[in-house]
Amino acid sequence: MKILVPVKRVLDYNVKVRVKADQSGVDLANVKMSMNPFDEIAVEEAVRLKEKGIATEIVAVSIGPAQAKDTIITALTIGADRGILIQTDQDIEPLAVAKLLKAVAEAEQPDLIIMGKQAIDGDNNATGQMLSTLLDWPQATFASKVVVENGEAHVTREVDGGLQTLGVKLPAVITTDLRLNEPRYASLPNIMKAKKKPLEIKAITDYAVDVVPRLKVLKVTEPPKRTAGIKVADAAELVANLKSAGVL
Amino acid sequence: MAVLVIADHDGAHLRDTTNKTLTAALQLSTDVDVLVYGDGVQSIADAAAKLSGVRKVLLSQSADLKQDIAEDVAALVTGLAANYDVVAIPASSAGKNFAPRVAALLDVSLLSDVMEVVDANTFVRPIYAGNALETVQTSEAKKVMTVRTTAFKAAAEAEGGSATVETVAAPASKAGTRFISEEKVVSDRPELGAAKIVVSGGRALGSKEEFDAVIDPLADKLGAAVGASRAAVDAGYAPNDYQVGQTGKVVAPALYIAVGISGAIQHLAGMKDSKVIVAINKDPEAPIFSVADYGLVADYKTAVPDLMKALG
Ligand SMILES: Cc1cc2nc3c(=O)[nH]c(=O)nc-3n(C[C@H](O)[C@H](O)[C@H](O)COP(=O)(O)OP(=O)(O)OC[C@H]3O[C@@H](n4cnc5c(N)ncnc54)[C@H](O)[C@@H]3O)c2cc1C
Repeated sequence: MKILVPVKRVLDYNVKVRVKADQSGVDLANVKMSMNPFDEIAVEEAVRLKEKGIATEIVAVSIGPAQAKDTIITALTIGADRGILIQTDQDIEPLAVAKLLKAVAEAEQPDLIIMGKQAIDGDNNATGQMLSTLLDWPQATFASKVVVENGEAHVTREVDGGLQTLGVKLPAVITTDLRLNEPRYASLPNIMKAKKKPLEIKAITDYAVDVVPRLKVLKVTEPPKRTAGIKVADAAELVANLKSAGVL
Repeated sequence: MAVLVIADHDGAHLRDTTNKTLTAALQLSTDVDVLVYGDGVQSIADAAAKLSGVRKVLLSQSADLKQDIAEDVAALVTGLAANYDVVAIPASSAGKNFAPRVAALLDVSLLSDVMEVVDANTFVRPIYAGNALETVQTSEAKKVMTVRTTAFKAAAEAEGGSATVETVAAPASKAGTRFISEEKVVSDRPELGAAKIVVSGGRALGSKEEFDAVIDPLADKLGAAVGASRAAVDAGYAPNDYQVGQTGKVVAPALYIAVGISGAIQHLAGMKDSKVIVAINKDPEAPIFSVADYGLVADYKTAVPDLMKALG
């Protein structure tokens, strides 16, 4: 079984977000960039399926700038077998990303696509569902448990109110939630090995996909700041304050 | 311009999020219809028909729709979308599951988590866990959006309207996905997303037993919903459904009480729009205090029992 894992390079989740003074976007110059945490979970899950003897090959694919090569190498370090980078400096919207990934899936013919439920930059939570739709493959989003057997994946999903388990026939698209697994740390030998694994560079023009943006970002601003209030000495003072604030 | 709002409900009652999505829709148009889907949900459709501002309610029922399979719901909504310029969907876990499919089927982009309607084509949405707000203008003729309901007030009158209810056929279910089971958290407490008061516990609680023994009684005393940080959920102190934050629920109650939660940006993303925030944490430097209106630097082990006593 072959698994395709899309991965995205994003601002590291520990880095403080700074909005540019000219309101053109978030400042990404000279800050730490990492693999989107949900994608790391997706790669880890694919690798675990390979270690269980269910998957035979894992292909990591990224759409992004030249530096996204590092993101693919991170995936190869965790245990993916080869990588594809569709190199572009343009910001590609989720629908166009889904169309590019569909083209990759048609060429690669995976049995399963595992990807993050959202990227922590745009927070759209859309690409996986769109890809599943375009491929007309079943979808199971927000996965916290995946069991593959008899050509079907049993996926436990985190939903409002609790958990839901779906059976999806393969090929299918699964998106990961945080509790699916805990990605392993990269060991030095694996980093060395990863650098020797095949990494193919493609261009958007290699695919017959329209990536013209549909949305125009007029401005990016800082949210209204909340300021720290007061420290209270004890519970009684707290209750008195909450009563006078009218919330109790 | 006509807008179709997709109702959010729990199988028995309309959720407040439907009302809030309606508020967003009414800022775009006066021609707003509501779709109620599920099984045995006639009474919910009747309730939706009473919401002021609703032109018409569409009711679609089948056993399949009850399971909320994204493929089925998206097929239903996309079929109806021909008559509308905008489809507005509450950003619940179900909404997030099917909304991108509707957009893809219509070959349009999705506007995720709309928190402000600037004009018919311009919307504000959070990015980077709400640490930045993006104002986007769309060129799509048909718009599909999910609505961040905490950013909108519920329409003033829940009983002002008298719209008609029209039945629409449910499309045949797709074969590729089947429902196996569900585990719902049953609770007599208010729903996290709709509660006026939320009491949340963090990693500090240390065990499920301690979480239940400390957080639950405080919540019950206040008539509050219970929330949790990701660390508390990951460790199994609380069910996944309780998680507040960037990747959990976004809440904006009148009062949010954080107990033993440090205040990581991913947690703040889910609660910083609460009216009043209280933090109980033994570390005076904890980032949660930077957003708290009232901070109590104390060990929760004494602070929470004291608070119970002070509440009487
Ligand atoms: C992609 C991504 C998404 C995430 N999404 C979310 C999300 O949606 N929601 C979320 O919450 N987190 C999320 N996180 C995790 C987040 O970064 C933090 O790790 C998490 O919120 C920490 O939880 P905590 O505050 O309970 O634990 P900690 O950070 O460990 O804080 C525990 C706090 O308890 C205090 N404490 C300890 N003992 C006591 C005591 N006896 N009395 C009083 N106080 C005490 C400590 O001083 C400390 O401040 C996400 C992370 C990533 C990478």
